[in-house]
Amino acid sequence: MTVPPEIWVSIRLTIALATATTVILLIVGTPIAWWLSRSRRRWKEAVAAVVALPLVLPPTVLGFYLLLLLGPQGPGGLIAGLWGGRTLAFTFEGLVIGSVIYSLPFVVQPIRNAFDAIGERPLEVAATLRASPWQAFWTVAVPLARPGFLTGAVLGFAHTVGEFGIVLMIGGSIPGKTKVLSVAIYDYVETSQWFEASILSAVLVIFAFTVIVAMMMLDKRLARPTA
Amino acid sequence: MSAMGRIDVAIRDSLGRFALDAAFDVPAEGVTALFGPSGCGKTTVLRCIAGLHRPADGHCAINGDVWHNRSHFRPAHKRPVGYVFQEASLFPHLSVRRNLLYGAPQRPGCSNDIHFDEVVELLGLHGMLERAPHKLSGGERQRVAIGRALLSQPKLLLMDEPLSALDRQTKDEILPFLERLHAGLALPIVYVSHDIAEVERLADHLVLMRAGTVIASGTFDAIRSDPSLPLAQARDAAVTLHAAVTAYDEKYGLATMEVEGGRFVVPLPQTESASHHHLTIAAGNVSLAREAARGTSILNILPARIVSASAANEYETIVLLRLGRDGTGSRVLARITRRSWDELEFAPGATVFCQVKGVSLAPA
Repeated sequence: MTVPPEIWVSIRLTIALATATTVILLIVGTPIAWWLSRSRRRWKEAVAAVVALPLVLPPTVLGFYLLLLLGPQGPGGLIAGLWGGRTLAFTFEGLVIGSVIYSLPFVVQPIRNAFDAIGERPLEVAATLRASPWQAFWTVAVPLARPGFLTGAVLGFAHTVGEFGIVLMIGGSIPGKTKVLSVAIYDYVETSQWFEASILSAVLVIFAFTVIVAMMMLDKRLARPTA
Repeated sequence: MSAMGRIDVAIRDSLGRFALDAAFDVPAEGVTALFGPSGCGKTTVLRCIAGLHRPADGHCAINGDVWHNRSHFRPAHKRPVGYVFQEASLFPHLSVRRNLLYGAPQRPGCSNDIHFDEVVELLGLHGMLERAPHKLSGGERQRVAIGRALLSQPKLLLMDEPLSALDRQTKDEILPFLERLHAGLALPIVYVSHDIAEVERLADHLVLMRAGTVIASGTFDAIRSDPSLPLAQARDAAVTLHAAVTAYDEKYGLATMEVEGGRFVVPLPQTESASHHHLTIAAGNVSLAREAARGTSILNILPARIVSASAANEYETIVLLRLGRDGTGSRVLARITRRSWDELEFAPGATVFCQVKGVSLAPA
């Protein structure tokens, strides 16, 4: 028996979604993490709570609101109109937006922790050595927070690969567009295609194991000596 | 308005337990020590000069260049300072070489620059340039931190108790480097410390702080010998004089040393070849007499004139004298009992004899 081609389609789609989501999350999450780490405003913890919301919110609830936002009646419909579309729901772009929101805390939290761990001192040193805040951020804060970035990227990627509820709510199961691995497994089980379901499940088990090992190795690097 | 060649600072801020209201104006040359007990606001003053802390009110002008006043606050990275923190705070992700070069201007500059090789030589950093900071000892790290600050080409070097996190032995290893720095570079330094021994070795000027305020500022020698100030009233009060060897008695191993306004005879090992010494005289080792004593084992009995006196405590008086019958020589402190002061009818302006029971020497 050979692996049916639609499985490759789902795998490619999942990797594309997770990659796009991770890249966007690193770009969006870094300034949020920096602000949460450095700001002295009292309401910043309220923002932190909003960022962390997807951790506890049932994915179906998040998916429901996203469906309203992305659909033809919401702002997503307006945005889709820019390129002649009707809606962002049930599209790859919609999935990326949903995944970014859903996986945000998994990226922001490790980066924020890494920024917190640096403390004020290295940035003060950089300032007394004539580095502007922008230069100090890139030459001191980012390199010192590198383990946090790696952890965030790995977690964001893995979490996006594994999401199910939200995809089902806002993406459905359109092959090549929104039918990612987790949804494909669900469909195979629904239609009693146990062989395909077991291949995909095994792939995800191996992937999850690899992620955990990678995380443990990163943690060891985090504990390197400092001066 | 502040003048050229001055460090003019006034800081008003709250400092937790008390208000910080510190102002001083000292020459922008040599080493100025900010001296006082821990928690008196020294570090906050230094951070304000560096622009790391913005005080509620105040001003800061260096060499006539205003860095901070009511309407203007220049951010830290635009101030030409070098800052050495209590802990070395090297960048752990960079090698020693790249730490040193972090703040060095990219373009090779003018002739008065502080050069990389010069700094490596001065601070003895050969052989550690490619190492990672966590592979260095505490003393080595602090030397790298000093080098890093120097290579950013500062116009003013700020040092916040750079030796206090180090053990005695490491301190003694770094102090000579700081002295070479002081002697070799025309760079004004503001040095925060609560260790009088460090201050004594390095400082030209002293700003004395207590509980958020400046209680005195001036040359180190003047502040230290002012009987009304805490340094002279302390148990270990002393003065240090610059002495030149003029003769040596080989039979008894005694050197004759000339100081301003007087001459001391001091035991000196024959092997000691330095011709100039720092002569430290503790106030507790000086007693005063109306007449020159005869038939005494004390070698050094010098005429001097009383300048002023102040109570050190209920029963002791600290007396400031100047050596020589005309009272124009070096300043010396004596700690005597209040009873002696009253019974011998000492008074400012009186000529007396200083009996010096012991001195300590260090080559200059």
